[in-house]
Amino acid sequence: MAVVVRMPALSPTMTEGTLAKWLVKEGEAVSPGTVIAEVETDKAIMELETDEEGVLAKVLVPEGTAGIKVGEPIAVIAEEGEDFDLDALLAESGGAVAAATGGSEEAAAPAEDTTGADATPASPAVHVGTAAAPVETNAEAYALNGAPDPARNLSITPPAEGDPALPEGTEFVEQTVREALRDAMAEEMRRDERVFLMGEEVAEYQGAYKVSQGLLEEFGPKRVVDTPITEYGFAGLGIGAAFAGLRPIVEFMTFNFAMQAIDAIINSAAKQRYMSGGEVSVPIVFRGPNGAAARVAGQHSQDYAAWYAHVPGLKVVMPYSAADAKGLLKAAIRDPDPVIFLENEILYGHSFPVPQVEDYVLPIGRARIARAGDDITIVSYGMGMHYALQAADALAGEGISAEVIDLRSLRPLDMPAVIASLQKTNRLITVEEAWPVCSIGAEICRRVMAEAFDWLDAPVLTVNAKDVVLPYATNLEKMALPTVEEVVSAAKAVLYRD
Amino acid sequence: MASKPSTASKGGKRKAAGKAKANHPPAFTQEEEQRALRDMLLIRRFEEKAGQLYGMGHIGGFLHLYIGQEAVATGIFMARRPQDDVITSYRCHAQELLAGAEPKAVMAELTGRLPGVSKGKGGSMHMFHVAGHFWGGHGIVGAQVPIGTGLAFAAQYNGEDRACFTFFGEGAANQGQVYESFNMAALWKLPVIYVIENNRYAMGTEISRATAKAEELFMRGAAFGIPGEQVDGMDVRAVKDAAERALQHALSGKGPYILEMQTYRYRGHSMSDPAKYRSREEVQKMRQEHDPIEQVKRRLLEAGWATEEDIKAVDQEVRKVVAEAADFATGAEQPPEEELWRDVYAPVQA
Repeated sequence: MAVVVRMPALSPTMTEGTLAKWLVKEGEAVSPGTVIAEVETDKAIMELETDEEGVLAKVLVPEGTAGIKVGEPIAVIAEEGEDFDLDALLAESGGAVAAATGGSEEAAAPAEDTTGADATPASPAVHVGTAAAPVETNAEAYALNGAPDPARNLSITPPAEGDPALPEGTEFVEQTVREALRDAMAEEMRRDERVFLMGEEVAEYQGAYKVSQGLLEEFGPKRVVDTPITEYGFAGLGIGAAFAGLRPIVEFMTFNFAMQAIDAIINSAAKQRYMSGGEVSVPIVFRGPNGAAARVAGQHSQDYAAWYAHVPGLKVVMPYSAADAKGLLKAAIRDPDPVIFLENEILYGHSFPVPQVEDYVLPIGRARIARAGDDITIVSYGMGMHYALQAADALAGEGISAEVIDLRSLRPLDMPAVIASLQKTNRLITVEEAWPVCSIGAEICRRVMAEAFDWLDAPVLTVNAKDVVLPYATNLEKMALPTVEEVVSAAKAVLYRD
Repeated sequence: MASKPSTASKGGKRKAAGKAKANHPPAFTQEEEQRALRDMLLIRRFEEKAGQLYGMGHIGGFLHLYIGQEAVATGIFMARRPQDDVITSYRCHAQELLAGAEPKAVMAELTGRLPGVSKGKGGSMHMFHVAGHFWGGHGIVGAQVPIGTGLAFAAQYNGEDRACFTFFGEGAANQGQVYESFNMAALWKLPVIYVIENNRYAMGTEISRATAKAEELFMRGAAFGIPGEQVDGMDVRAVKDAAERALQHALSGKGPYILEMQTYRYRGHSMSDPAKYRSREEVQKMRQEHDPIEQVKRRLLEAGWATEEDIKAVDQEVRKVVAEAADFATGAEQPPEEELWRDVYAPVQA
């Protein structure tokens, strides 16, 4: 009985893969456990085993084919000498592209939006446009001349300088966030001998999420250091190396595991300059994926942005686009203070236009207007931008013009940019994948109440994950995370529309 | 009590001997004895004065005094070279002074004044002297151990002729991060010397109540192949001798080394400690029979290298330094309001 072999999902976030190599030729026998092919995913090259007994009757995609969607037929295994009608077989087993992979694919690949439920016409790359539009705000809002102002603690005030102007005719190349991060590290390591990367699986494995691909080859094991699985220890070790003047990039396989190192990050890194009266600097970057991935449940799915943003002495960055990821990681590596650099596993594989300039460094602490609008301000960051931008599209379809601000940095928080937008729209909602209690959205509400209350025509609403542990079940997971519909309905609520 | 090298690195294991006095460590020269006397007296008189200022309300919060343990830091600093790094816990005044910080500035930190070594913003537990390669001053038990390991990592990374003496107490020796550090230090052969200051009491808990194999802390690195020695931490000569051996090991590319310093603190854990967990007799016995300063004085007198008057003169000189430090620290200005907002981050480049 002939069986169709389909491209499997080999990781929680895999949406498509490359058929790197067929290890069995047409006509050769296979049995359960035979490795028939090598499949390259967004993270690694995986072996594809079969559970079937028979011969590899037909190869449907040649070696080297890229972009094969999960569920797409790739081969037929049949009994030796068996005759089969390929079209009938495919039709019978669910068509050319299987719908049955269902749940995990939806959750894993919100950008693909195969369900049609969100009715979004385009991928995030289109929303981003070409250049980052500088925030046009009153320069005085960022000015910090003279003595520190206790009412505007230096530590939470964004820098005076905005994004650098790009030269006329700058070329943009589509890059994934993953590639942009790798390029940022490689460029900084070429520029400064003191910069090194350490963490679990960063070297020989090329990064658990392939972010450090190629770095070991270029920089060698001295500067790309595989560590034991001991976050507390190696975070502390990195801090000691930073005391001595090195510029460590400490990768956490995910920020969930950084909880093991939270004492080192807060007590040993963040507070050190202050406690020493300015004598000790800790120029270190802690980076890695943060927030929900897909179907990995409670302990592997938390957004820590608000936790770190709470702490004086830390800077906290959480980019959405590849260009921001690159420019901000370079800035983080050069920063004289500890920087928490929060990435997102799902965004790693998303492509965005990245400007091809010699040294693309962005200021930490400045937001970006991702989409200009007049009727309502939607403030978001990281993966939240994914919902915010789709919601802005949906709102546009109903004649509502939303301005979307990508915070990019959470400490310092660019309140001048938020308030400037609010002064234009008079309505504000926030969108983030973190829990609602003591969230970044809650902090923005606090600041807006104190600094821009008179500009509000409606209460500020926050769209967050639900206040529960992230569940595993597909349906519950989807309910727990924010949705485009929730963003749209919050926007309409503050506009008093239904 | 002699040093007892463990044979952990060779895979064997020798049971630590008891407290019997065995071979004497190598004798000091006259200059070394005199330096040890002066350094230890400075630490003791400084700490005594700090205790007094605390009682008078000039110093607040926690104040962990080093009295009784002077030989450990002093012996280590006699062995270390100026470029070698040092890091320790919150019981850090001795290392701060030995690293070269001005007694006035150290005392002013204790009183929370602007000329303090951390501008009055760190206090007793957070003192640094980067010029003297002293890296603090850490208030979380055990947290300095991975940091010290990282300082050694940087030395190796930069190809520098430097090692790091990483102090921690026998209480911290039970911290998980200590073993995470041991693993990486041994794996990468980092030039780090772990100095366990075993003063027998983790706050109020006597070592045998919280520590398995309490008599063999120097063996704590055995599973990682890190050699260790148990050292009479009340004898400054034994400390210096062991520290030199450990430094040579670390600098030769063989990786980390553990020194278990058997020592004793006369005072409570911090200032509010009534020390009900031990008898007055126990403390008195240590003071009378093992006091590190008395040992040096006796040797100086026996060798004819100093008279009672000479020793008194050193004490007078040190007392003067400490008295001046106290006057300075109680009279200096408090940090102004702008210091509240300063040093959270590096100054913004103009």
